[in-house]
Parts: sequence; C-alpha cells; structure tokens
Amino acid sequence: MTDHTRLPSDAAPSWHLAEDDDHDSGGNGATVLGFWIYLMSDALIFASLFAMFGVVRTNYAGGQMPHEIFELPLVALNTALLLASSITFGQAMPHIEAGRVRATRFWLAVTGLLGAGFIGIELYEFSTLIAEGAGPQRSAFLSAFFTLVGTHGAHVTIGLLWIGVILVQLGQHGLSQPMKRRLICLSMFWHFLDIIWIGVFTFVYLFGVLR
Amino acid sequence: MSDHLLKSIFGRLTWESFPLHEPILLGTFIVVAALGLALFGALTYFRLWGYLWTEWFTSVDHKRIGIMYVILGIIMLLRGFSDALMMRAQQAIAFGDNQGFLEAHHYDQIFTAHGTIMIFFVAIPLVVGLVNFVMPLQLGARDVAFPFLNNLSFWLTAAGAVLVMISLFVGEFASTGWLSYAPLAGLAYSPETGVDYYLWSLQIAGVGTTLSAINMVATVIKMRAPGMTMMKMPVFCWTALCSNVLAIAIFPALTAAFFLLMLDRYIGTHFFTNELGGSPMMYWNMVWIWGHPEVYVLVLPAFGIYSEITSTFTGKRLFGYTSMVYATVVITILSYLVWLHHFFTMGAGPSVNSFFGIATMVIAIPTGAKIFNWLFTMYRGDIRFELPMMWVVAFMLTFVVGGMTGVLLAIPPADFVLHNSLFLVAHFHNVIIGGVVFGLFAGMVYWFPKAFGFKLDEFWGKVAFWGWVIGYWVAWTPIYVVGLMGTTRRVNHFDDPTLQPYFIVAAIGALIILVGILGFVMSIVMGFVKRDQLRDLTGDPWDGRTLEWSTTSPPPAYNFAFTPVIHDLDAWYDMKSRGYERPAGGYRPIHMPRNTGAGIILAGLALSLGFGMVWYMWWLAALSFAGLIVVAVAHTFNFARDYFIPADEVALTESKRHQPAVGA
Amino acid sequence: MSQPSIAPETAHGATSGHSQRGYRIGTILAIILTAVPFWLVMSGVLHDAQTTAALIFAMGFAQIIVHVLCFLHLDTRSEGGWTLLAFLFTTVIVVLTIAGSIWVMYHLNANMMPMPMPGGLVIPAH
Repeated sequence: MTDHTRLPSDAAPSWHLAEDDDHDSGGNGATVLGFWIYLMSDALIFASLFAMFGVVRTNYAGGQMPHEIFELPLVALNTALLLASSITFGQAMPHIEAGRVRATRFWLAVTGLLGAGFIGIELYEFSTLIAEGAGPQRSAFLSAFFTLVGTHGAHVTIGLLWIGVILVQLGQHGLSQPMKRRLICLSMFWHFLDIIWIGVFTFVYLFGVLR
Repeated sequence: MSDHLLKSIFGRLTWESFPLHEPILLGTFIVVAALGLALFGALTYFRLWGYLWTEWFTSVDHKRIGIMYVILGIIMLLRGFSDALMMRAQQAIAFGDNQGFLEAHHYDQIFTAHGTIMIFFVAIPLVVGLVNFVMPLQLGARDVAFPFLNNLSFWLTAAGAVLVMISLFVGEFASTGWLSYAPLAGLAYSPETGVDYYLWSLQIAGVGTTLSAINMVATVIKMRAPGMTMMKMPVFCWTALCSNVLAIAIFPALTAAFFLLMLDRYIGTHFFTNELGGSPMMYWNMVWIWGHPEVYVLVLPAFGIYSEITSTFTGKRLFGYTSMVYATVVITILSYLVWLHHFFTMGAGPSVNSFFGIATMVIAIPTGAKIFNWLFTMYRGDIRFELPMMWVVAFMLTFVVGGMTGVLLAIPPADFVLHNSLFLVAHFHNVIIGGVVFGLFAGMVYWFPKAFGFKLDEFWGKVAFWGWVIGYWVAWTPIYVVGLMGTTRRVNHFDDPTLQPYFIVAAIGALIILVGILGFVMSIVMGFVKRDQLRDLTGDPWDGRTLEWSTTSPPPAYNFAFTPVIHDLDAWYDMKSRGYERPAGGYRPIHMPRNTGAGIILAGLALSLGFGMVWYMWWLAALSFAGLIVVAVAHTFNFARDYFIPADEVALTESKRHQPAVGA
Repeated sequence: MSQPSIAPETAHGATSGHSQRGYRIGTILAIILTAVPFWLVMSGVLHDAQTTAALIFAMGFAQIIVHVLCFLHLDTRSEGGWTLLAFLFTTVIVVLTIAGSIWVMYHLNANMMPMPMPGGLVIPAH
C-alpha cells in the first residue's frame, strides 16, 4: 500500500450482512420507483409534443382555426369522463389494500368503461374533423393538434389494455403482492394520463378557442 | 404474379433494391456473408447454439449483458471505422480531375452511416456495457433493479444495429447527415428508404437506451450495499447515475422528434416540411435538445473511468471526491442549457445566441475542475504506468485541446466563421475520441481481467494505445488546419490542389488508427491464447480500491456470496487495509432472477416491424406489431421470475476460488 | 436517502388512510379547477381574453399540482424523497424544453422574416 494516511487501527467491523435480504431482486420499492422514473420520461415526450404544438399553434396555413373546429361541450364531456375515471380508480385503492378482489375488479371495470367512453368520443371528434377536411395533413397546427391529442389517446388505449389484462390476472391470482404492485403502477399511469390531459384541455382547447 | 400482388407482399422492395451494381457493396456483402456462414457453421459444428441461447442470449445477468453490449460495440466499431477509412481515402485522392472512387450520393450515405453508427451503436453500447458490467459490482449488488428489462434493452439496441446493417445490403441508408436534418430528410427530398431505415433503427435502439437508463438509475437508488451512502459511492457510479439521469431527460426529445418526422414521412403531416406552416428548424431545435446533452451522457461515465483508474494506479484516494461529484452534477444540469450552440447561425439573434454561448463556456469550469482533480490525485502519487493509466494520460493531453477548441466554437462570432467547417469536425472528434473512446479503451483494459479472469496481452495493448494516440493526432491535426482555413465538411471532392497534402496526412493517420484497432483485437486474441500466463487468481490484479475487486474474476453469477457492508469510500481498500478475510462457510441460499427469452423475441419482432415499415410491407408491420403486444402481454402472465441458488451450490462455487484475495 | 435500502420499502403511499382523505379533497378541487376554466371560456364572462388566459393558465397549473399531491401522493417521504427529486428535476426539464423551444423559435421567426403565408401567419402572435 502506498497510502499511509489510513491506519488499520479500528477494530474489525462487520463486513457482511448477517441476514440476507431481497435488496437484490427488485422488491416493491424498486418497481414503483422505476415506474415513476418511466412516467417522468414519458412526461418529457409530452413536453416535446407540447413544445412542437406551442411553436406551430398559429401556423394555420389558411386552414381551419381552433375556434372553428373545437367543440367545447364535447371536450368538457370528455374531460369529465377522464376525471371521473381517475376518481373511480381512487375508489378502488382501499379495496386493493384490503385485498377485496371483487370490489377492486368492479371499480377497475368502471374505470375502464369511462376510459373507453373517452376514447370513443375522441375517435368521434377526430373522424368528424377529418371528414370536414381538417385532417392532420391540412396544416402544421392541425398536425400538432392531432399528434398531441392522439398520443395521449394512444396512452389511454394502452391503459385500457392494461386494465383488461389486470382484470384477467386478478381472477387468476387475486390480490397477491405482485398484483398489488402492478395495480399501484397502473394507478400511477392512469393518474398521470389525467394530468397530461389537464395540459391538453387548458393549452390546446381552451387557449385555442380563446384567441 | 401481378404487380399489384407483388406490391402488397413486398411493398417497395424489388430486385433493384439490392445493390448488385455497386462493386464495393457487393464485395462487402460477399465477405460478410462468408464470415457469417463460417461463424454459423462453426457454432453449429461445435453445438454452441444451445449454450449461447441459455447462457447468454436469454441471460438476465448484468455481467453477461454488459459483455454482450461491449461485443456489439466493438463489432459496430469495425463497421463505423471502415466507413471512416473510405472517407479518408476518398478525400485524399479526389482533387481536380480525379473524382475518387465514391460518387456524391454514396459518399453522403457513408458519412451519415459513420456518424450514426459511431454514436448510437458504438459509443452508447460500449458505455452502457461498461456501466452494466461494473456498476452493480461496485454497488455491492447482485444484479440491476430490473434484470429482464436489462436483457430487453440490450436486444432492442442490437435490433437497431441489425437494421442499420441490413440497410447496407438491402436498399440504402440515409444520406442526410447523422442527425437527418429536416427538411432534407422529409419525403419531398428523400423519398428513398434511407431515412426510414435511419428512423426505425434509432427509434428501436432508443427505446432500449431509455429503458436501460431507467433501470440503471433505479439500481443506483435502490441497490446500494448497506452503508454505502450517496457520498460513499464510487465516482464511476456517480457519473453513471448522472449520465443515465441525463439520458432519461433527453431521449424523449429525440424520440418525439423522430416520431414527428416519421409522421411527416408516413402520413403526410406538416411538422418539418417547407409548406403549410411546417417548421424545419424546430427539428434542429428538438434533436439538439437531445444532441448536446448526449455528448455528456457519453463522456461522464468516461470521466468516471478515468477517476477510478487514476486513483487505483496512483495508489491514492481520489483528490477532491466531493468536488468531483458536484462537478458531475453541475455538468448534468448545464448540459441541458446549451443546445442552441449547434445552430448559432440559424438566426435566432444576439440575445438568444449570447445566452447559449455563455452557458456553453460555463461548462468548461466544472470540466476543468475535474482535470485538476485528476492531476492532484497523481501529484506525489506512486504512479504505475500500466496500460489503463497510459490511456488516462493520453486522454488528459488530448481532451484539453478539444475542450479549448470547444470554448473557441462557443463564441458566436467565431462560430459564424467556423460553422459547418472541418474545424468543427476536428473538434468533436477531438473530444469524442480523446474523451470518450480513450476512456472506453481504458475501461475495457482495466475491467477485462474482472470479466474474464485474465489480463489482455500487454504488447498488443500497447500497439493499440500508440496506434490510437499517434493516429488520432496525425489524422486530425491537418483537419483542424484545413478547417481553420475554411474547408467545409461533408464534401467528396475538392478543387484546390494545395489542400491535398493535408488530406493525405489525415489518411495516413487513419491508417495508424487502424493499426490501433487491430492491435486491440490482437490484444484480446493473444490474451486468450496466453490466458494461462496472464491469469489472475486473486480477483484483484491492479490492487484496486472499489468493491468489484473484492470478488473473484470472473465473478460468480450472484456476484457476492454475502452482501457486503460498506464503511468507507474506497470500500475494498478499506477492507484490505483493515485485514479483511473472506468467510469460508455459512453460506445461505441466494435469491436470483430467472433467465427469459422474452427480450430477444420482443426485439426480433421490433426488428421485423421496422423492416416492414421501411419497405411499406404493411402486412409484416401489422403482424409484428400485433406480435409485440401479444408477447408483451403474455410475458406479464409469467409470475415465475426468480429462483434460489441452494446454499451448497454457493459453497461449491466459492470453494472453487483458487486463492483467497487478502489485502497486502 | 442516506440510508441504504436494506429494509423493505413500504408500498407506495396510495394505500394509507391518510391518502383517502387526500383523494376526497383532490376530487373536489379537481372538479372545481376543471369546471371553472371551461365555464370562463364557454360563457366568455370576462370579455377579456388576456385575463381569462391568465386565469385558466393558473388554474391548469393548480390542478396539475392538486393531482400530483392528492392522486399521485407525491410527498417528501415516499421512496426517501427520490420521487420528489425526480419530479422536480422533470419539471425543470419540461419548462426548459417548452419555454426554451418557444423562446428560440420565436426569435428565429422574428429575425428571419419568413414569407407571409396566405391566410395564416408564421410569426407566432405573442
């Protein structure tokens, strides 16, 4: 040894853990934290799409303007559906904790139905716009609108698929520890999508109609 | 068969898509095919497929995944470097009447492929590979936080690399520069398959990189051994943490930019087009939000490698550990505030340019602090100039020059003159080769004995070292000079014959680097041949200071029979100096993740999705997409993801250790 | 965060009784903060786009905070503060990405005098 600043004076400490633990195999904490970090990165994808929208949001290129194409009552209904689905997911949480499978499945199914309603209305809105000639190819503004809202919609669709899978797995496994962990991740995902939607209805729809 | 039917099956893939008329590509294809068949035959003959599948391809062991990443990086380095040799050869001869051997379109593809491959499929896999291998060992962990995800990340990166390689022989690669700038990369100007290959391969690999980064960050936060507080964590783990945090912060911007460009190309949106309100410069803005921090994603782990090696080979604790950590964190944040210096000339005006110019120059401060920390660590140290340390010294001498030309380029008025010149190209090769590549070689030489149990051959290692260092300076000094004189980049022919001597010297430099690369390959080959002489039985061949040296070389699947408890920053040095002895009994069963083939299957489906989309084979793309969802969902139904290594098996493995590694 | 993760982490905070109260408060606030902006814009009561914009911006921001605190249960304790740190870091990056891009592109468009396009303006009217 060339470094003599440290003297081997201390009494021999413990070099090993007496009891082995599961800190190596990805316990509950690592999954929830890892999923949280994933959500952060997903939020940054949305941030880029919001930035794109912000840059081209007045580039109508002679096409339709927001106040001509946005149906606020429809958007309000959609927003209500998604918010309601967040709330119904919240209703499932105490049942998940208590291990009540039936009640958990009920509230998850309600959440899924509300989410499906949201997607249905969004598809209706998109198809109406495209039929009116206000499709994503019409102008940069419409490209950014369809992409931002559509990406959110795609996330909700994945959430619906996830809810379906969880409903099946709840039937097979009940509320085992891995299932509880998955449900916590799913709830974070679902609430996260609602948060993104706050940005969408505020900056895309309401701001758009306002000018 | 009717044309219509053919089109619906093969999309736009026709016989003309195969470059049979290109002698260079045909020759390459024959060589690659022959080598591939030979490899395939050898693996089949020696019945190694089963072994590879069960022990490597489906492995969730972070060490094996790390090694596979490094192998991928080295293979792609050979591809990327052959592109470099072709460019150097072309520029050395294409003067006046001589048009050289590469016409412009082919040359464009080569510099695009070179840049794309070197960053995405050489630098990133090598960095991720070393982090994967070393970091959990340094943390005293048994694996990363999400072992399956780690396997999937690797195979997605590999799938991206395979898609790039396919473009060499089926169709063509992008000819739009390594970041495929819009509007040139839009459908209007690049209707061929090149940009689609580019986008799909980088998207697939990018998903892998993002997932891997999430995994590594969770690993650092959750899996540190007991007693290892954040400020007792080895510097390499700190730099790996910051690098991966940064990767999570920036890859979404690239993913989004590529996604929007894909939409432009596939469904006709107008994000980056010239008409209907599109904003091509927004593409530059978004890719450089990714692009500049990416440099730090690569170089921060290299800084960590230099820190570990300097400390080990001077036999001293790292000087200024705390300042090193803070410098790393500051660089992480600052690197997000400088992206516009890549397009000062775009015309955003003095206020914007000043902000980004100053922010860029400020980064030199924490980076300079690091250089001083290494120098002070060496000061009055007992320096052993073994190969890893030689790379460190070469790095310091080379990188400082690159850093200074970087500060020069950060001044907007100077950048207006030097933008798009070969001076810029020389600058970023200076920092990437001198900073990242030297660090990766240092790291590979340093940790090779840990991974395989024997050192690399020293003579050939020195050939590799001198080849790279001398070759770098011979190749890039003339490029700096001609760049300063105003020669622009991405040109396959020059009219001014007075420039030719510089390019001839540069080509000679590239050949010297080739010697370096072959030397490195030889040092592995000769190391393997002489492995009995070079074997390391202690697990600690360099008198190391961090935890990875406390276990055997190569480490057992479970890394540590007992979870170590950490009392000091240089944990292994602390253990050695206080008379630590390895326990010889009392083993317990060890909880381990189970191998799975889901990762390679998902990546294979992603590859065929990409191929289908590139060639407009919609049925293939749709099938692959459906397959991806089905396999991903099916994988969630697999709850049997772990198992226990029985205690007597641990005891058997431990008893095979040839010699206890006890401190001096 | 200085303590290593040897003890099994408690599950995400979403399962405690405390968080159920958070859900109820969050639900009420979220409904208010959603309904009011829609009402402001759809009825046009303020007759002033600028004020309305400022208000709905503030309420959108407030609602995001409410959702993060009440539904995602972000606090300083969960995961030893790492989730909070990650969230704050992400917030900074989100602001930099969006505000930085718009700032840069606005100056670019203002300086480079793009050709006026029929019916639409390329310069964002801020």
